[in-house]
Amino acid sequence: MAGSTESARPPGRAKRGPAMEVFFRLKKSPLAMFGLVVLLALVFVAIFADVIAPYSYSKQNLAHMFESSSKQFLLGTDEFGRDILSRLIYGARISLQVGFIAVSIALLAGGMLGAIAGYYGGWIDNAIMRVMDVLLSIPQTLLAIAIAAALGPGLFNLMIAVGVSDAPNYARIVRSSVLSIREMEFIEAAHAVGSSDLRIILKHIIPNSMAPIIVQATLGVAFAILNAAGLSFIGLGIQPPYPEWGAMLSGGRQYIRDYPHLTLYPGLSIMITILALNFLGDGLRDALDPKLKR
Amino acid sequence: MENSAHGGNDLLLDIQGLTIHYVTDSGTVHAVENLNLRVGRGETLGFVGETGAGKTTAALGIMRLIPSPPGVIKSGRIIFDGNDLLEKSEHEMRSIRGAKIAMIFQDPMTSLNPVMTVDKQIAEMIRLHRNVSDAESMRLAGDMLELVGIRRERMHDYPHQFSGGMKQRVVIAIALACDPGLLIADEPTTALDVTIQAQVLELMKKLKRTFDASMILITHDLGIVADICDKVAIMYAGRVVEYAGKRELFTNPVHPYTIGLFNSVPDLDEDVERLAVIPGLMPDPMDLPTGCAFHPRCAFALPECSKDSPDTVDVGDGHSVACAPRAAELAAGKGAGK
Repeated sequence: MAGSTESARPPGRAKRGPAMEVFFRLKKSPLAMFGLVVLLALVFVAIFADVIAPYSYSKQNLAHMFESSSKQFLLGTDEFGRDILSRLIYGARISLQVGFIAVSIALLAGGMLGAIAGYYGGWIDNAIMRVMDVLLSIPQTLLAIAIAAALGPGLFNLMIAVGVSDAPNYARIVRSSVLSIREMEFIEAAHAVGSSDLRIILKHIIPNSMAPIIVQATLGVAFAILNAAGLSFIGLGIQPPYPEWGAMLSGGRQYIRDYPHLTLYPGLSIMITILALNFLGDGLRDALDPKLKR
Repeated sequence: MENSAHGGNDLLLDIQGLTIHYVTDSGTVHAVENLNLRVGRGETLGFVGETGAGKTTAALGIMRLIPSPPGVIKSGRIIFDGNDLLEKSEHEMRSIRGAKIAMIFQDPMTSLNPVMTVDKQIAEMIRLHRNVSDAESMRLAGDMLELVGIRRERMHDYPHQFSGGMKQRVVIAIALACDPGLLIADEPTTALDVTIQAQVLELMKKLKRTFDASMILITHDLGIVADICDKVAIMYAGRVVEYAGKRELFTNPVHPYTIGLFNSVPDLDEDVERLAVIPGLMPDPMDLPTGCAFHPRCAFALPECSKDSPDTVDVGDGHSVACAPRAAELAAGKGAGK
């Protein structure tokens, strides 16, 4: 089937879906590709942390406290003699998990609410969006702190805190794209073939509003990681001995004058991850925007 | 408008006294007023009128797709295949839309979902109304594409990979996929260029015969009406002002608005400096003139035209017209002839 399709096609016309189209445009941006490669590497490291990490993240070795880089400990050791590299590798697992799951929570909650508000309009729209406005009027980090404090520390609560505090942003973005898409003729056509509201939202409206959502979600992962690190830093997120990057920063800050490598490496890890995600997000924004075709 | 030309049984659609208003803060728009219309089985009805005459509103009313608010169906009955569509629940309507009454929209560029391949869009229609497997619906979608003259290999393509005329073919394939009894085509060729228009019209004509469907063709192009319609309804400011068989209407128009429309069609054989026009503009549907809505622009207007809304009078052979002076004139002429 695929073979006959190719041969019957006029030459010079590649058969590719929208996703491939976007990828080909993304490939033209070196920064975005850098971001993508770094991100994929991080995901790889996070998944195979058990294999890659030279030591356990929690095994203390009091004979080797505060050591700087050496052959034995590539990035040195911390105040309990734990290998920093191993902790960073396991930390990637937690940070990425928090980033992606928190954004998924925000996307699901905010996206659904935004889609309903935009599609039905009227008082439903008003009720949902005014609640979102109230949430947006509270500084996001403060909101996350409040939720995290109410739920108590822990990985799952951290994800919920970060996710819920980010949800109103997605609600607004999804609502605005739904508002413009639902006026399009193919939505009317979908009504005319007898589709139900739910089917129209899921099959016609959501896929068409993906572009701005993907961009926001990619940038949102960066923000969520940063936010989670911040919460862990002030003690509301991941608890020791789990090696979350923000918590590592927090633990190392009292030794920053004498042993800066305790804070330097987790800080760098956060920075590189955020940078990669932002590059990728910017690249995706350009690749998904048909008006920016070069 | 009495049912004289048709026997009751060969009617597929019988609209009686349909009134649709758009109620907005700044006033009520009388989009469709007391509309009476009949479509027989296998018949093609041309629905002609200016932009804003209420053609599309009437069509959406039949589908029960008037956006509400602000749209309200105030009164009337829409008898389709013996049942009043206005009494159906939304759930029942969903199984009628697409399966029994299908719609072709004006602009094929925007009436297809840009992120779905065309076979999926056709298959969606099939799966909504027929109990078939995914694979079977895809196969049927391919069949439909071939039927409208698109090679089956193109079925996995996205709408942007097709030209305008081909997209309209896809739209037609979707509309016909469940073999509907009634096809409503809302200016199906307006967005296409002239040569493609002819091809698409030809295709619709052919398929309408193959599927033995009735059709309501909304247009403002009298040439298209002459080409494929059996009956014609002329609409002005929300009302049907004249309804007749095509031949009868083209040879013997009665309503002053219809006459004006025909006069404004340029003649190929005559050399004229200016086109004949109907003076004035469509009235604001929020503020219609009293009496006959056409009287401020009408050359035949009498003083009473501004007082009473004219009744629809049958002037013979299923030809009905809503114009009191002209109907009276005709009746007098016939009387004198005998």
